[in-house]
Amino acid sequence: MLLKTNEPQAHPWMANSTAEIQQAMLAAIGARSIAELFEQIPADHRLRRPLDLPPALVSEAELSRHLVETLRRNRTGAECLSFLGAGCWPHHVPAVVDEIVGRTEFLTPVWGSPQSDHGRNQAWFEFNSQLGELLDMEVVQLPVYSWGCAAGHAIRMASRITGRHEVLLPRVSDPERLSVIRTYCEPREMPRHIDLVPVDSDAAGELDLADLRRKISQRTAAVYFENPSYLGMIESKGAEIAALAQASGAQLIVGADPLSLGILKAPVQYGADIAVGPTQPLGVHMNAGGGVGGYIASRDEERYVREYNGFLVSITETEREGEHGFALASSHQTSYGMREAGKDWTGNSVYLWAIAAAVYMALLGPCGFREIGQLIIARSHYAARRIGTIDGVRLPFESGFFKEFVVDFDATGSTVAEINRRLREEHAIFGGKDLSKELPELGQSALFCVTELHTAADIDRLVAALTEVLS
Amino acid sequence: MSRPELRDYHAPVWHEPVIMELSHPGRRGQIFPPPEPAVTATVGSAEDLVPKPMRRKDAPALPELSEPEVQRHYLKLSQQTLGMMNISLFGTCTMKYNPRACEEAARHLRHVHPLQHEETLQGILQIIHDFDLILRELSGMDQFIFQAGGGADAAYTHCVVTRAYHQSRGELEQRNEIVTSIQAHPCNAATAAASGFKVVTLMLEDNGYPSTEALKAAVSNRTAALMVGNPDDMGIYNPAIKDWVGIVHAAGGLCFYDHANFNGVMGKLRASELGFDACMYMLHKTFGAPKGGGGPAVGAYGCTAALAPFLPGPVVTMEGSRYRLDEERPLAAGKVREFYGNVPQILKAYGWARAMGAAGIDQASDLSVLANNYMDRKLAEIGGLSRSNPDNRQWRMEMTRWSLGKLKEDTGIGTVEVANRMADYGIDPWWMSHEPWVVPEPFTPEAGEMYSKEDIDTWVDVIARIVREAYETPDLVRTAPHRQAIRKIKGDVLDDPARWAMTWRAYRRKHRR
Repeated sequence: MLLKTNEPQAHPWMANSTAEIQQAMLAAIGARSIAELFEQIPADHRLRRPLDLPPALVSEAELSRHLVETLRRNRTGAECLSFLGAGCWPHHVPAVVDEIVGRTEFLTPVWGSPQSDHGRNQAWFEFNSQLGELLDMEVVQLPVYSWGCAAGHAIRMASRITGRHEVLLPRVSDPERLSVIRTYCEPREMPRHIDLVPVDSDAAGELDLADLRRKISQRTAAVYFENPSYLGMIESKGAEIAALAQASGAQLIVGADPLSLGILKAPVQYGADIAVGPTQPLGVHMNAGGGVGGYIASRDEERYVREYNGFLVSITETEREGEHGFALASSHQTSYGMREAGKDWTGNSVYLWAIAAAVYMALLGPCGFREIGQLIIARSHYAARRIGTIDGVRLPFESGFFKEFVVDFDATGSTVAEINRRLREEHAIFGGKDLSKELPELGQSALFCVTELHTAADIDRLVAALTEVLS
Repeated sequence: MSRPELRDYHAPVWHEPVIMELSHPGRRGQIFPPPEPAVTATVGSAEDLVPKPMRRKDAPALPELSEPEVQRHYLKLSQQTLGMMNISLFGTCTMKYNPRACEEAARHLRHVHPLQHEETLQGILQIIHDFDLILRELSGMDQFIFQAGGGADAAYTHCVVTRAYHQSRGELEQRNEIVTSIQAHPCNAATAAASGFKVVTLMLEDNGYPSTEALKAAVSNRTAALMVGNPDDMGIYNPAIKDWVGIVHAAGGLCFYDHANFNGVMGKLRASELGFDACMYMLHKTFGAPKGGGGPAVGAYGCTAALAPFLPGPVVTMEGSRYRLDEERPLAAGKVREFYGNVPQILKAYGWARAMGAAGIDQASDLSVLANNYMDRKLAEIGGLSRSNPDNRQWRMEMTRWSLGKLKEDTGIGTVEVANRMADYGIDPWWMSHEPWVVPEPFTPEAGEMYSKEDIDTWVDVIARIVREAYETPDLVRTAPHRQAIRKIKGDVLDDPARWAMTWRAYRRKHRR
C-alpha cells in the first residue's frame, strides 16, 4: 500500500480516527457530518472556541520523557531514608503482588457477571476470608476508600443499630482521620448528627478509663479507639473498655493495623463488635497517599450485615454439583439498589487493593505475620531507645508501642521543623511527622515510624544524623 | 474487508480451589529476618514487648503456601476473569484504553509519602497543578481537588461543600433539601441523604427529562442544591438545563453538574457556560486511568471561585515558581478522605490528557457520539429490541438506553439472561441500568472512542445471534453461560443469613459441619 503523507494523522488510542472509517460510519447511518449528531445541544449551550490546552504529546516517547522528567523533581523514599508514617506506611511489597495487580484482567475492567468475573470474585472472597482469619471475624466487607472512611461508616452503622447519636473517641487522634470521621458524623444542623465526645489519654498514653467512665452513658452509640493508637501505643485495657461499652449498650469499634495482628490480639478477642483499619499495609505501595484503603468487619449477625454500605462477597453454589461461585450478598441494601434509602452510599472504591491484600496475606501466612510483627515491634523499640540516648531528646512513652512512637525534642532547643529540614537537606533523611502544631501539649515532638524495612544500620544512621544536627 | 465468524470462545477452566484449601503446614511464601543481634541486645525479645493482656495466643488460620504456588493461584484467577480482554461496551462507565506508558510512569510514585515536605514533592505537585488547569479549561470552573476516591465520593464532596457554604451563611438548618432526578445516578440521592439532606426526586416526562414546572414546584427556600447529570444514560440532553440552573440559583441553591457522561460533550460545552457552581469528572472513566474493577478511582471535583474557599484541603497551589499544599483554609469543609487523592490515577489522567491534546479530546467526543449512533442504527435492525423514548428521533449522545421488553414477552428471555450468554462469545456482559429501571429489561451500551468499527460490528452480531437463540432455542440462553469457568451461580444463598458466607470460616461453620 502507498503511504499518504497529507492526511490527518490517526490517534494511536482511537481506532476510528481515520477519515475513511468515519465516512463509512456516517454513510451507514445516513448523516452528512459528525457535527449534525450533536443536534440535541442548543447553540447557546456550546463552547464557541476550540479548547486551549498545552500542546499534545501524541508520541509515546515524548509523553514518557515528559512524565518522567517532571516526576524526577520529587525525592522519594527509594533514595531517602524515611521515618514518616501516620496513616500511610512504608512496607515491603512482594514482587508477586505487583505482578498480579498489574494483570490487565484485574487492572482495567469494570464489572461483568459472577461467571465472567469468576476469578476476580474469588480473589475478593479470599481477601475477606484471609482478613477474617487475622481479625477472627466472619464478615468482612470489600474495602472502602480509607481507614477514616471505614471508621466513619462503622460509627454510622453503630448509630443506626443503637438509635443513639454520640460517639466517644480518643482526644489524641490522627487529624486526617478525625477530620474524615467528623465529616461523616455531619454538622450539628443535620437531624442525624452524631456528637463526637473526646476521651483523654492517661499517663501511659492509653485511653483514660476514668474519663471514659465519666462520659459513657445511655446516649453513647459507640466507643471508638485504635490499637495501636495514633501515637503507636498498644492499648492494654481493651477488655475493660469493652465491658464499659457493653454495660452502656454501646457498640465497641476498634481500629487495628492488620500488620500487628500476628502478635497482637484481634479486636474481637477483647470484645470489639466492629473492627476497622487500614488496608495499605497489606501489600500496597504508599503512592503518595493513593494507596490507602479501609476495611470493616464484624460478627456474622444479621443486624450487622444489614447495615453494611458496600460489597459483601459470599461463596455460593453453581448449577454444577460441587462447584463454587462467588457473588454479592445482601446487596439490595446498597445505594445502587435503594438510592437515598440505602445504607450510606457506595461506588467505586479501592477493590484492586483487595486483590493486592489477598496475595499479600497468602504470601505471608501465619508465620510471616508473626515474624513481621516481631520485627517491627523490636526495631521500633530499638530506634526509640537509641534516639532516647541523644542529649536533650526525651521519649514520653518508653515502651508499649508498635511501629510508631513519639520523640520529644523540647529540651534540645530546636524545632522539629528545623531538625527535619537539616535531616532532609544534609542527610537525605525524612524525619518523623511534626506533631507540634496539632498536639502543642507535646511540645516540639515528632512521630517516628519504623517498619521491617528499617534495618538496625538505618536506625544507627538516623541516630548519627540526629546527633550531628542537634550538636 | 471481511470479518471472521463469531468466535467459539471458551474461558479457561482451572477449577481453582479456595486458597485455604491449598495450604500445607510449614510452607512459606515470604520470610522476614529476625531482629539484628544489636536490636535484641538492646530491647530483649519481641514477645516481651507486647503488653501481656494484648498478646495473641492463637496463630491466625491463614493458608501456608510457597511463593510460586501463590503466584500461580492468582495468575489462574486473573485468567478466569474476562476483564476487557476482548470487547466491553459497558455503558455509563466509558471503557477506554489505559495507556501503559502512564502505568509505567506511575511506578515512580510507589515510595512517595503524602506527608513529605513540599520541597520533595515539586514534581507531582506540578502535575496535579497542571492537570487542575486542564480541567479548568475543560469545565470553566476555577479550582479542582482530587481527594474524592470515586464519582460517588465526589458527589459526597459536593454535599459536604454545600453544607459548609450554607453553614457560613447561617442557612444550613433552613436549606435541608437536595433536588435530583430519577435518572440521575443513585449516588447523588444517596450521598445527599448520607450527608443529612432530604432528597427531592423529580420524575421523568415523555420527552425523557423532568419538566421545568416540576423543578419550579420542587425548589424553595429550603433548597440547598440541585444535583443532576446531562446528558442522561438514555443519551438524551436536557435542553432546558440553563433555565434549571437559573431557577435554583434564584431560590438560593447551588447547582452541581454530575459529569459522569462527559465523554460525549467534552470540548463541546462547559459547566461554567451552563451556569453550574460545581462539577465532577471521573478520571478512571473519561480520562483514561484504569478502573481496577472498582478503584482506586478519582472523582475530580471542581467549583467556582465563590465556592472554592469551602473545598476540603489540601489544595495544590502555585506561589512564584513553587508548588504548595495549602491546608490553611478557615472556611474549608472537613475532609472526605485522608490525604489528597489517588495520586497515581491523577498522573495517569494527566498523561492521557496531554497525549490527546485539545484536538484529540474534541475528536474523542466526536467519535463516541458517532460510534453510539452507528451502533444504534445496527441494533435497530434486530427484532425484539427497542430504544428508550422511541418518540425522540434525534441523534443520541454517547450512549443509548435500550429495552428487551418485547424479547422478554416473546421468549421469556430478559436482559440478565442475555448478559450471561454474552460471555460465551468472549464479550463482557453489558451494563443494564441503575435503579430504578425506567424501561423494562434495560441495557446500556457505550462504544466510546477506543473500539473500532469492526469491534462494534462484532458486538452487535453477538447480540443478534443471542436474540436469535432466544427465539429459536430459549433454553440455551436461559441456562447460559455454557463456556465459562463456572456454570451459572445459584443466588438463593445470597440473601439467606443462615447460608450466606462472606468468609471461608463462615462457610466452614455453616456448610461443612
